[in-house]
Amino acid sequence: MAKKNQVDSEMLKGTLDMMILRTLVGGDAHGHTIAKVIEHTSEDVLEVEQGSLYPALHRLEDRRWVSSYWGVSENNRKAKFYKMTAEGRKQLAREVTRWRQMTRAIGLVMGEEGGVQ
Amino acid sequence: MSWFRFFKRKHSDDELQQEMASFLNEEMADNVARGMSQEEARRQAYVKLGSREKVRESLWEQNSFQPLTSLARDVKFASRTLRRTPGFSFLAVLVVALCIGAATSLFTIARSVLLRPLPFHDPDKLVMLYEARTKNGVPPAKPTYNPVSPADFYDWRSKTHGFEDMAVTRGAGYNLTGEHGELPESVVAAAGSWNLMRLLGVEPAVGRWFTEAEDQPGSTVVMLTWSVYQRRFGGDASIVGRQIHLDDKPYTVVGVLPSWFRYPDAGIVLWVPYQGDMGETLLHHDYHQSQVIARMKDGVSLASAVAQVQAVQMQLHLAYPEQPVHDLVEMRPMHEDVTGDVKQPLQLMLAAVACMLLIGCLNVSNLMVARGAARQREVAIRSALGAQRGALIREQMTESVLICVAGGAFGVALSVLATQTLAHAWKDLPSVQSIHLDGAVIAFACVLVCVAALVAGLLPALSSTDKTMLSAMQSSARTGASSLGRTALRKWMLTAEIAITVVLLVAAGLLGKSFLKLRTTDVGCVTKNVLTLRYSLPAKEYDTPEKINAFHESLLERVRALPGVKAVALGNTVPAAGYWGDFVFTVKEHPPLQAGAPIQVGLERWADPGYFKGLGIPLVRGRYFTIQDQLDRADKVIISKQLADRYFPGEDAISRHLHVAAHALKGKPDAVDYEIVGVVDDVIYQVGKEARPMMYFPLLDGTMSGATLAVRTQYDPLQFALPVQKQIASLDPGLPVADVLTMDQVVGESLGNQSLSAGLVLAFAVLSLLLASVGLYGVLSYLAVQRTQELGIRMALGAQREQLLQQMLVDGMKPALFGLGLGMLASFAVTRVLQSMLFGTKPLDPTVLFGVVGTLLVVAMCACLVPAWRASRIEPMRALRME
Repeated sequence: MAKKNQVDSEMLKGTLDMMILRTLVGGDAHGHTIAKVIEHTSEDVLEVEQGSLYPALHRLEDRRWVSSYWGVSENNRKAKFYKMTAEGRKQLAREVTRWRQMTRAIGLVMGEEGGVQ
Repeated sequence: MSWFRFFKRKHSDDELQQEMASFLNEEMADNVARGMSQEEARRQAYVKLGSREKVRESLWEQNSFQPLTSLARDVKFASRTLRRTPGFSFLAVLVVALCIGAATSLFTIARSVLLRPLPFHDPDKLVMLYEARTKNGVPPAKPTYNPVSPADFYDWRSKTHGFEDMAVTRGAGYNLTGEHGELPESVVAAAGSWNLMRLLGVEPAVGRWFTEAEDQPGSTVVMLTWSVYQRRFGGDASIVGRQIHLDDKPYTVVGVLPSWFRYPDAGIVLWVPYQGDMGETLLHHDYHQSQVIARMKDGVSLASAVAQVQAVQMQLHLAYPEQPVHDLVEMRPMHEDVTGDVKQPLQLMLAAVACMLLIGCLNVSNLMVARGAARQREVAIRSALGAQRGALIREQMTESVLICVAGGAFGVALSVLATQTLAHAWKDLPSVQSIHLDGAVIAFACVLVCVAALVAGLLPALSSTDKTMLSAMQSSARTGASSLGRTALRKWMLTAEIAITVVLLVAAGLLGKSFLKLRTTDVGCVTKNVLTLRYSLPAKEYDTPEKINAFHESLLERVRALPGVKAVALGNTVPAAGYWGDFVFTVKEHPPLQAGAPIQVGLERWADPGYFKGLGIPLVRGRYFTIQDQLDRADKVIISKQLADRYFPGEDAISRHLHVAAHALKGKPDAVDYEIVGVVDDVIYQVGKEARPMMYFPLLDGTMSGATLAVRTQYDPLQFALPVQKQIASLDPGLPVADVLTMDQVVGESLGNQSLSAGLVLAFAVLSLLLASVGLYGVLSYLAVQRTQELGIRMALGAQREQLLQQMLVDGMKPALFGLGLGMLASFAVTRVLQSMLFGTKPLDPTVLFGVVGTLLVVAMCACLVPAWRASRIEPMRALRME
């Protein structure tokens, strides 16, 4: 993965929880899939560090926004799947709202009409 | 973070590892699908995952509570370090446990006795009133706290209005017998006026207190204390309203006092109304034997309230010029009254134990500094690797905290065991308050632990992580110069330790010598192989003087006939057994005393014809009593040498007459003149007190229903206790016997407290000496190790072993001598405070001072000699090769 494509990981950290939850909207997934989906969807701009992915997943689980179970992956391998809970769905909605407000505010400050949507 | 997660850290770590393994598999599969070789696919997958350990660590941290984990790590590390040196740890914990245990025990007692308010309503407003007398118009220098006469009290109460109320109490004693042939028992009782409990604010646990109508002469009501209510009556509340027998007279129980009520002390078994069996003594202004408690009134100053009482007393004094009616009133707060006698010894012991605690902490601190030196390298390496000074200090502090917490826990356990024993052994201790460990005491112990940990840990921690020390380490590990500062610190601590030890030793020496002096006091009579016991004939059965005398005489005869008995004496009491009351007298043949002249007073004693011979009290002049001096011919008196010297200077007292107004011959109220028939040598009435003038009346005057029998035996007197009691039982099976003691025990009884304080302070001092010498030994051994190379070089250059030995000794003795000097200086100041507790010993007693100096020097020398000797024996080659 090219270094230049990576954004500051600090920026990613704050929004990682939200992106994981967003990924799970599409259905249950295990860690590898989640990372791959985020990377692909962001056109490889965002690289998910494993060092923060797994602690983040455990944190989300601890807060009961996701639940987990052991299942079998597409490649017929044992993997831990994460599933969004109802609570997680609400949390995602809250975070998305907050994210929109923030990016709009930053956009306004940066002089972009109507902010970045 | 949730606690749940904290406890599932292990599980989630396992899961994480599995997850990561599955990630690798997925990534590898993807990579292979992209066309990489198996090898490359695996490599790329690992690269992508990055450090697995880092992921695990960050999850682990996320699942942990940071400060707690680091604390746990510190504790684990510290306990491992301590476990590596079990000898040191054991010693340190033991020192701390002993010190904290002793301090906690004494604090428990001090708190119960001195600090806690009396368990009465608004106790700060309660004061005790006493009488006193001017001598030649001058009030006594120190308060004398003379008991109050009943008639004085009633005048105070009715004629003054400065106090809310006043109540009066006095001691009493009865033979308690049951209705159904229960064992007879001689009990200590108290008598109190009807308003006493209202004044104190005490509610009876069962029933009620006496009414005003019951507080009259001839009244037969009784109040039980909780202890006898439980012990003898099984806690059965139906006892209220029933009758018990006191001296064979029926008394109606009206109530039971609450279990916590122990005034004036825990020995009181029951209470009767103050006037109950007083009779005409109620009208006396010279019958000094009651205690007056008064409650201050709101809005009236204590001084003006006392002044009112004082004015009344002065009037009484002027109204009865012939009688010993006092002219002064003294006051002291009730709390002080209860704790008065024990306050000073208790404070002394607290001071001693505080010194010991300080020495203990300094010692642990000293040991820690020594350990710090041994771990120099470790500390240096760790800080070179980036350990922060704070973390290093925290770690070392954790060690001292662990030692102190363990020591504190053992100490508190120790003090739980020791406190009761100590409180029990301490006879003077007022028992108004119960003594027990409570929250405040535990809190106190915790504070002690914290302070000890701080003192013991901070100094060494700071010194061993010192930055300059580290840079010195970098420059050279060989010179040992870096440790100079630390050695100085240790020497200072040692000096302080030794100085405090010296003060303790001096105090202990003085108390010990004073105790020995007391122990060897000549009582004035035979004390070896003498058995004493008391009995009291109940007034109902022994209602005539003849019956009383008949009992005494037949008992004497029977006991005298026992094999092994050398002599028998019967009196109202024996020497060294206490004060027992006094009589004021005039001499019939002398001119009347001038107004304002000091009153003539002597202790009152009763003696049977064999009393003086039996106890080995020598006759100076005249004769002993004979069997003829009884009943109405008992108008004789024997006086002590001191009384003769003081009141018959330069004349022969024999055949003169003592006029004793307060003591009329039985059945003849006018017969108050007693002919002096003999003069005997002085005996002391209490160990530690000066002998006083005494007058002995014939025991067979028919008034003495209570008597003390003294039996001089050929061998172990306690073996005679049972045979003598059997003789008493054969004369009267229902008569209880009390205070079966040997004469040595009677004397020892009054010494108990002195022996306790001397013993305790000595124990503290010896322990401190031991600690100080261990400290001395430790410092010198450490120094010797530090200087091994230097000594080796010197020796290689030709220094003599003797020189080295001498130098090491001087090095070690310097702090000892310095501490000795400081301690001596401090002792001069401190021992002044002790003065009032000493008997026949000056605060600067040369034997004690020289003894202390000698002991300390010898002990210090021994502590120094071993390491110094070892240092001078080193092989130069080995010393140089070290390192």
